[in-house]
Amino acid sequence: MIMESAAGGRAPAVEVGGVSRVFTGRKGASVTALDDVSLTVAPGEFVSLIGPSGCGKSTLLRLIADLDTPTAGSIRVFGKPARQARIDQDYGIAFQQAGLLPWRTVAGNIELPLELHGAGKAARRARAAELIELVGLSDFAENYPDQLSGGMQQRVAIARSLAESPSLLLMDEPFGALDEMTRERMQNELVRICGETSAAVVFVTHSIPEAVFLSDRVVVMSPRPGRIRDVLGVGLGDTAERGENLREDEAFFHAVSQVRELLHGQAPTGARGVETR
Amino acid sequence: MNRGQQGGAGLVRTALPPVVFGVAALLLWQWAVVALDIKAFILPGPFLIGEEFAANLQNVIAGMVVTGRNALIGLLVGALLGILAAIVAALVPVSDEMGAPIVASISVVPIVALAPVLYTMFGAGAETARQIVAGLAVFVPVYFNTLKGLRQVRPVHRDLMRSYAASSWQATKTVTLPTATPYVFTGLRIASSLAVISALIAEYFGGPVGGLGKSITSSASSSNYGLAWAYVLGSILLGLLFYSAALALEKLVSRRTAG
Repeated sequence: MIMESAAGGRAPAVEVGGVSRVFTGRKGASVTALDDVSLTVAPGEFVSLIGPSGCGKSTLLRLIADLDTPTAGSIRVFGKPARQARIDQDYGIAFQQAGLLPWRTVAGNIELPLELHGAGKAARRARAAELIELVGLSDFAENYPDQLSGGMQQRVAIARSLAESPSLLLMDEPFGALDEMTRERMQNELVRICGETSAAVVFVTHSIPEAVFLSDRVVVMSPRPGRIRDVLGVGLGDTAERGENLREDEAFFHAVSQVRELLHGQAPTGARGVETR
Repeated sequence: MNRGQQGGAGLVRTALPPVVFGVAALLLWQWAVVALDIKAFILPGPFLIGEEFAANLQNVIAGMVVTGRNALIGLLVGALLGILAAIVAALVPVSDEMGAPIVASISVVPIVALAPVLYTMFGAGAETARQIVAGLAVFVPVYFNTLKGLRQVRPVHRDLMRSYAASSWQATKTVTLPTATPYVFTGLRIASSLAVISALIAEYFGGPVGGLGKSITSSASSSNYGLAWAYVLGSILLGLLFYSAALALEKLVSRRTAG
């Protein structure tokens, strides 16, 4: 796979080289979740990982986050080993479940990472207020998570992942549990937020339109063993210009059907315009 | 949130039926004692018990203070040790495995049976034996509930703490302990009445006089059945007091933590 090399001498946000992950079962049966996967994500780039259940997309994300260790291969985040990047807090992460602490208010949840890393009280307050504003929850700062809808909780989780202004965001199906309408609204907001923060994003999803709408590149994965089948450059314009009408755009539909074909395993012919950058 | 709006009417509706039932039961009891001519040594009527209770109020309260103090000391010390032991067991799995047989044996020993042995250990003039019995009785439910609570941490929270590179103490403080808190209070609620029961029963096996248990046995053996029942009433009130205090604390904490 040919990947874009780091622009301007900066280290790539994520550099996955020949990574495999084998889970060993109880009776010695092993499952190969990932097999020789390589991927590079440039700083500021939005990359989606898409594929059917069991293709290892979440596993790959967990490996980048150093929540799990690869069986083989290397992972570097901003030129550092994944473990060091985690310790240095180079990324923010959001999961499918919002995972908020129910005994803390919205503001308290967003302040959590800042608090753990020793930020002062006033600085925490100010940053939390800023982020609450960013995700449009200003009226709910002192509410508890169980008083919020699923979509609002997920927005809090995203605000929390942004708390320390990471240059890399890792998102594991953050909108997976939301209804379609909330989901599209959240996607619009995420595009806006990414435009404002210029962070690189690795986004796991199994929704084709979601991947196409959000991404600069869509990584299509296949299951058993988990491999990268193809990488599709979408690049539907600058994040700032991306809006609701993009969903009606011809190029959007074209990209959606391309991803769908790739997912269903038809080998893309050269004429399909798959952009291997 | 809308609990407040139901206000007085809701309170009356929930409180009225048990109150009516209780009064009816007492009247029926009194009627049965009089009509069937039940002797006081078998069962005194509620009016007699009430009379004795009022006449000996100071003695009953003095007994409640003695027994209640033993139960409270046992409750505090037992709960503290139970929580600490559970934290150690959760942090160091080996200690959980090593401690399991000991905790299991503590939980199957009829703890009050230790009372006579403890009286000889600490002297029959001291309250220590009773406090230890109460403490042991409290330790078991607090330990088990706390340990269970400490293991309820959701995987997503554990991942989150790891992603923050939080130290294990930070993770314990921010996630594990708050998750466990409701379980600890459930344990305390169970333990609160156990503490009173154990402290009181332990008095039956010896030790200094003055507590409710001793007073019940001594009034019964001097054929003062009404008074014995008045002390029983005192123990019921003491148990209720402990239970309600623990329940109120649990409600207070769960409201604060669960929002």
